[in-house]
Amino acid sequence: MVTLPRFLNSFVFIVFVFALALAAKADAIKPGIIYDMGGKYDHSFNQSAAEGVDRFVKETGITCHEFELSNDAQRTQFMRQLIRHGVNIIAAIGFNQASAVEEMAREFPLVKFVIVDGTVNLPNVESVNYKEQQSSYLCGMAAALVSKTHKVGFVGGMDIPLIRKFAMGYTAGAKLIDPSIKVIVNMTGTTPSAWNDPIRGGELAKSQFGQGVDVVFHAAGSTGLGVMQAAKDAGLLSIGCDKNQDSVHPGSVLTSAVKRVDVAVYSAFMDAKNNTWKGGPKQLGLECDAVGYSLDQYNRLLITPAIEARLNQAKADIISGKISVPEYK
Amino acid sequence: MTLSYYTVIILLLAGTIRVATPLILSALAGLFSERSGVVALGLEGMMLGAAFGSAAASAIYGSAWLGLLVGVSVSVLIAAVLSFACVFKKGNQVVAAIALNITISGLAPTLALAWFNQGNQTPGLTNSAQRFLEITLPWAKVSRTHPFPGLIYSELISGHSVIVYLAALLVPLSAFILYKTRFGLRVRAVGENPHALDSAGISVNKIRTQAVLISGVLSGVAGTYLATAAGAGFIPDMTAGKGYLALAALIFGNWKPYRALGACLLFAFTDTVATRLQGVPLPLIGIIPVQFIIALPYLMTVILLAGFVARPEPPKAIGVPYEKEN
Repeated sequence: MVTLPRFLNSFVFIVFVFALALAAKADAIKPGIIYDMGGKYDHSFNQSAAEGVDRFVKETGITCHEFELSNDAQRTQFMRQLIRHGVNIIAAIGFNQASAVEEMAREFPLVKFVIVDGTVNLPNVESVNYKEQQSSYLCGMAAALVSKTHKVGFVGGMDIPLIRKFAMGYTAGAKLIDPSIKVIVNMTGTTPSAWNDPIRGGELAKSQFGQGVDVVFHAAGSTGLGVMQAAKDAGLLSIGCDKNQDSVHPGSVLTSAVKRVDVAVYSAFMDAKNNTWKGGPKQLGLECDAVGYSLDQYNRLLITPAIEARLNQAKADIISGKISVPEYK
Repeated sequence: MTLSYYTVIILLLAGTIRVATPLILSALAGLFSERSGVVALGLEGMMLGAAFGSAAASAIYGSAWLGLLVGVSVSVLIAAVLSFACVFKKGNQVVAAIALNITISGLAPTLALAWFNQGNQTPGLTNSAQRFLEITLPWAKVSRTHPFPGLIYSELISGHSVIVYLAALLVPLSAFILYKTRFGLRVRAVGENPHALDSAGISVNKIRTQAVLISGVLSGVAGTYLATAAGAGFIPDMTAGKGYLALAALIFGNWKPYRALGACLLFAFTDTVATRLQGVPLPLIGIIPVQFIIALPYLMTVILLAGFVARPEPPKAIGVPYEKEN
């Protein structure tokens, strides 16, 4: 057997120590994210999450593993793959991932999970939910304030309680302004593909316009892009969802029901990095600006100061409890 | 204010026309291919390829017409590959077409990601020159004020994309080519009895290739419609089975152009009704559950295909690669 020269021996040792140190550093936090079916660039829900990731990556220099799904079976598959690569905090975006998260969180109790729009009651899962009914309520008010036909529309993606929650808040907000207003509610489908069907979304919107609707609110991921396009083509107004979509069609997007998924993702990763991460449920609403309506240079001309004042008053009233927004159960 | 039944029906029919357009174009594409004896399962892939090509070209060059050109070229290219495999190499037509469909369904999003870096989509086509927008025909605005018969003109006839009118013209044109021209006769003959044509000294492979390429052109227009008229950009699997639905319409229409047109309109009508029936209370029944409504077009398709086709008469030589007898 060849004996190594002494200096080489110690060199090997030093390399070994460095490798260990590197491994330990890498072990500190290795985030991963799994987007939902709408895809990372849906200009909406998933993209908002992606912005949170980008911010985290930019500020910390830590890379994040990302996955986009093309079918349901891939959820656990990808999570396993991430864990095999040493990822120790996984953000799962979308209610559809709840059962996959539950399964994986049980199997890997040392891995941290964050689920957005779902609840999993396990110690290593942080469940982030939003009070979407509040932002939808404000958007319903805005829609009713600008509607000339006294008819406003709603196009949902997949028909699930979460989307019903949007629809209910929106309807209630519109009725506050105009009790006799007609709200037409349509859902795109009952399968996850309903998040990704802009042609059908556009067709639903056109059907609502045919019935006299002049403002349409979507909560439908990529499908919503078709809704907004149809509104623009018809010279009518749409309301964006989740991410601030005012810039998608400037002048045609009245406002957006913003849901700061980016904040949830960013702060979960940041907490994990600073060792302050805790599992358990979280409810985010108007009080911490996690939901709200958007106002920027793209829709400044559409939201007049009078409307703005009205919405901000309602916002304060909701936070103080003076207005109670009905919640879909 | 409630809408009169008259208005509701007109709006339903206008929606039907929009939804039917890609189906009609695709069914015509299938008509040429199948009548020449080549199974048209590749419609889906050709349409998807064209949707991607047109959206990408339109996004880059800012012109819908250029998008159409590229979309059709992509689709014809796929058709050429298909005819090479099925006509010249005598490959199994079903396997070749399905393989191509799967390839396109994966390749298009991959290219989109590589070229545009916006997920698997092309950039949204926001500029009006990038899309085939709805055209308002002259006097449509005026005629709107006189509901009858003005609404028929302003909503039903006016206000569609140029591709919709093109599709409407292509149906009689296809029927004419298929039944009144020498080329059409040969296409039909090659699908029924290629040996007869061969003994008359006409190349079976040439006629079949021509038919498949025509099918590529028509599918290309259908795909372009999806990406640049109905939609505004390419999204993975945006054809959502329309190619197969068009094939079903073709079979339901017994491989005849006008009957296939009728079948496409019927499918589109059920789909449109389904979209609009959501949450609308009906007399006696009340509100129909949304799940049932969404399943309705598919139920209709199954029932119609199962029960109402009076003895389908497919082209006799369909699916059989032609081998020269020695």
